[in-house]
Amino acid sequence: MTYIRPNFRHPDLPSNELGYTRQEYEGSLSTLCAGCGHDSVSAAIIQACYEIAVPPHKVAKISGIGCSSKTPTYFLGQSHGFNSVHGRMPSVATGANLANRDMVYIGVSGDGDTASIGLGQFGHVARRNLNMLYIVENNGCYGLTKGQDSATADVGSASKKGVPNPYESIDLCTTALQMGATFVARSFSGDKQQLVPLIKAAISHSGFAFIDVISPCVTFNNNPQSTKGYEYVREHMAATGKMDFVPVRQEITAEYEPGYAREVTLHDGSVIHLYKQGNDFNTQDRNEAVRAIQNHKEKGEILTGLIYLDPDCSDFHELQSTVKKPLRDLNEDDLCPGGRALQAINANLR
Amino acid sequence: MKPTNIENPEYFHKVVDCQYACPAHTPVPEYIRLIAQGRYDDAYMINWESNVFPGILGRTCDRPCEPACRRGRIEEEPVAICRLKRVAADEKSMQGIAGRLPGKAPKKNGKRIALVGAGPASLTVARDLAPLGYEMDIFDAQKAGGGFMRSQIPAFRLPEEVLDEEVGYILDMGPVAHFDTYVESLKELLEQNYDAVFVGSGAPRGRDLKNLPNRQEADPFIHIGIDWLASVAFEHTAKIGKKVIVLGGGNTAMDCCRTARRLGGEDVKVIVRSPFADMKASPWEKDDAIAEDIPIIDNHVPKEFVMEDGKLVGMRFEKVRAEYDENGRRNLVPTGEDLAFYPCDEVLMAIGQENAFPWIERDIGIVFDKWGMPQIDETTFQSSNPRVFFGGDAAFGPENIITAVAHGHQAAISIDLFCRGEDVAKRPAPGTNLVSQKMGVHEWSYDSQIDDDRRYKVPHADKSLTLKDRKLEVELGFDAATAFREAERCLNCDVQTVFSDSRCIECDACVDICPTDCINFIDNGEEEELRERLKIPARNTDQDLYVSGDLPTGRVMVKDEDVCLHCGLCAERCPTSAWDMQKFLYEVTKAAPL
Repeated sequence: MTYIRPNFRHPDLPSNELGYTRQEYEGSLSTLCAGCGHDSVSAAIIQACYEIAVPPHKVAKISGIGCSSKTPTYFLGQSHGFNSVHGRMPSVATGANLANRDMVYIGVSGDGDTASIGLGQFGHVARRNLNMLYIVENNGCYGLTKGQDSATADVGSASKKGVPNPYESIDLCTTALQMGATFVARSFSGDKQQLVPLIKAAISHSGFAFIDVISPCVTFNNNPQSTKGYEYVREHMAATGKMDFVPVRQEITAEYEPGYAREVTLHDGSVIHLYKQGNDFNTQDRNEAVRAIQNHKEKGEILTGLIYLDPDCSDFHELQSTVKKPLRDLNEDDLCPGGRALQAINANLR
Repeated sequence: MKPTNIENPEYFHKVVDCQYACPAHTPVPEYIRLIAQGRYDDAYMINWESNVFPGILGRTCDRPCEPACRRGRIEEEPVAICRLKRVAADEKSMQGIAGRLPGKAPKKNGKRIALVGAGPASLTVARDLAPLGYEMDIFDAQKAGGGFMRSQIPAFRLPEEVLDEEVGYILDMGPVAHFDTYVESLKELLEQNYDAVFVGSGAPRGRDLKNLPNRQEADPFIHIGIDWLASVAFEHTAKIGKKVIVLGGGNTAMDCCRTARRLGGEDVKVIVRSPFADMKASPWEKDDAIAEDIPIIDNHVPKEFVMEDGKLVGMRFEKVRAEYDENGRRNLVPTGEDLAFYPCDEVLMAIGQENAFPWIERDIGIVFDKWGMPQIDETTFQSSNPRVFFGGDAAFGPENIITAVAHGHQAAISIDLFCRGEDVAKRPAPGTNLVSQKMGVHEWSYDSQIDDDRRYKVPHADKSLTLKDRKLEVELGFDAATAFREAERCLNCDVQTVFSDSRCIECDACVDICPTDCINFIDNGEEEELRERLKIPARNTDQDLYVSGDLPTGRVMVKDEDVCLHCGLCAERCPTSAWDMQKFLYEVTKAAPL
């Protein structure tokens, strides 16, 4: 019997500027099916958090229900976590974020958790521009209940059971765009070169960052008739362009390829380099983004990469003019400013 | 890079670091697993087949396997391979192995072989050839078999019973031993119509410092280390002066100083030319000497024996420091300080050994080089006289027991080929076996779990007892429970990660799970730049990269073998069984199957 991860790591494992190796960002060993795309997404989150050197205790992982929502156990084992109610991850994330705005919020959801039971919550968390990373691990099926087609399964796509799906699919990126999300991207669990920089940029974005990650279900939906299998996605992927993420603390050095077409500076000072691929895709035009997704879909392609970004948006806290520090840091004087403050308020109302 | 050819037995052989480093290529992980299972007889027999002297080597081997052990690259210390081997020998049952040791060959094949010397090389040749029906005569000047294992390794490291037992197993197979018989002429031996002669006479001459002032005058107080050890072993010498200086930094020096402590030496010092770190002695032998209150004084070059009233009173040394040129070559540069004086009653010189062949005539077709060494083929061990084969220290100068055994195996093959009139250059291929270890879901037929334990120390007998009795063994060996814990540290490097690219769907599950980041899916390239591009650059170039054929995305799988734990998680998490854990057994083919 095996299935215990050894404690030894590569002796040359590098450490980030906090002095942590990637091991400090690992979680428990996955119990998902061998080959599940979700494990690669977990690995990409680990890699991204390690690279941008976020202190693990400054991260909260929040999820709903489903195979995808189990995964926060498998990464960032030293971070905070809340495995919530089906489709209700956005509510819990909103509450947590309002209480402590200094944390990094990573919401992990699936196509069932987001596009079916949680569709309502998803729309609202997007339009409120809550400062969080919202990842959907999208495999087009309900893996935890034996592979029924989900709301993101494409028309005509068939899972292992072999019956083509008759319904129109919900495109989560398009939905997010229409709901007002300020960072929208799509990626593939099998392409970490694309996914890791996207996660880093999404975490650095101050506002609602949505990444739809196509993450094949090896057990129920990785057959040739499926449009969400490894082979199909690889063959039909089109990218908006390559992207590099340059964290704010790092000097821009020769490590990054020259020749990028655009440079976008995020709220926190970090920079995204966008490289041209075919025609120069404008990531700051919401209408073009929606059209591009649709155009590629008509061509039978899946558009991946950074699709839309509004670097100058105001997040939920700014829109609400909330207090600037976490609630736990408010002391009695802040919460109960006394009679003089009350008089001043009353005077204002006269 | 081209896809790795795993059909080549040497590829996976090299992954089994310990076995690859062993001159005799003993299948180490295989017998360590058997020890963990308590199958000591089986573990012993694997060793016996491969290295002939498991009990002896389990105490005295130079252990080239241990510095090679993968565990040493993962944490601090290698698996205590050598001491586990001893456990197999200590814990085996005599009845258990009795039926498995080959007896005398039922039929003679009519060929006669003479073996000069009864050390590990000759005994190995004898063992390998005996089952084929060869009639063999072994000649040795000592009164019992074992060669330098008997004369130079002190009994407190290698008890006589252990030596007698394992030498006995070979003599029981039929070769005739002629002890107390010094071969004075190879020519005469050849004239006795032997079909072949094997020379395994060792490197019997200890070096001397003939030109040091007062060397002649001090002669009664000076002993050549290996001769002195032999005379102790054969009980011609039973005591030594209170103050002893041992010159030299090799294992013989360590044996000399520790023996001197047991023969009445109270103030015993080792004084060596080189820096401590450069000494040839194995680190553990230095530790053992220091533990017996023997200081090791380094960077001192002997200059003079000091005599007073016809007696040796001490030695003078020049202090030096080591300087290394850009090629890493060492120069001992005098510090310019005054000569240092160390008092002593007797001196043991253990500053190296040489070969000596006064008994080999120079007109019998054996070509010697300008250093007096015979010209020997490095693969066949045949000399320029096709009837004469060499092995052990006699072939290429002083090495160690396990090297002598390895030589013996190859020489036996050559002798057999030669006696059958076949080409000695046609070497038999190694025996290999590669078989899946998968038993079911999450189930492997090897213990794939990686143990965190650090290396266990072998207990030693109390110094107050061992220093009084030259024959009392110092190391006590692991008990069975500790041996199990230590055996569990083995990473099972022989259970190979076998990748089949046609099955891979490039899902990255193996990349994500691999605890030591060995696995990469990456664009192919030239080895040098590819090594740098890996997830963690593969900078240990002694270790190979395992490269697959092209995968559907045009990338290749590249696995750095360096720190793979053989934990099997890649195969465990592979949805298509593109990875499989397969046990690889590599066996050096011997002259006869045993």
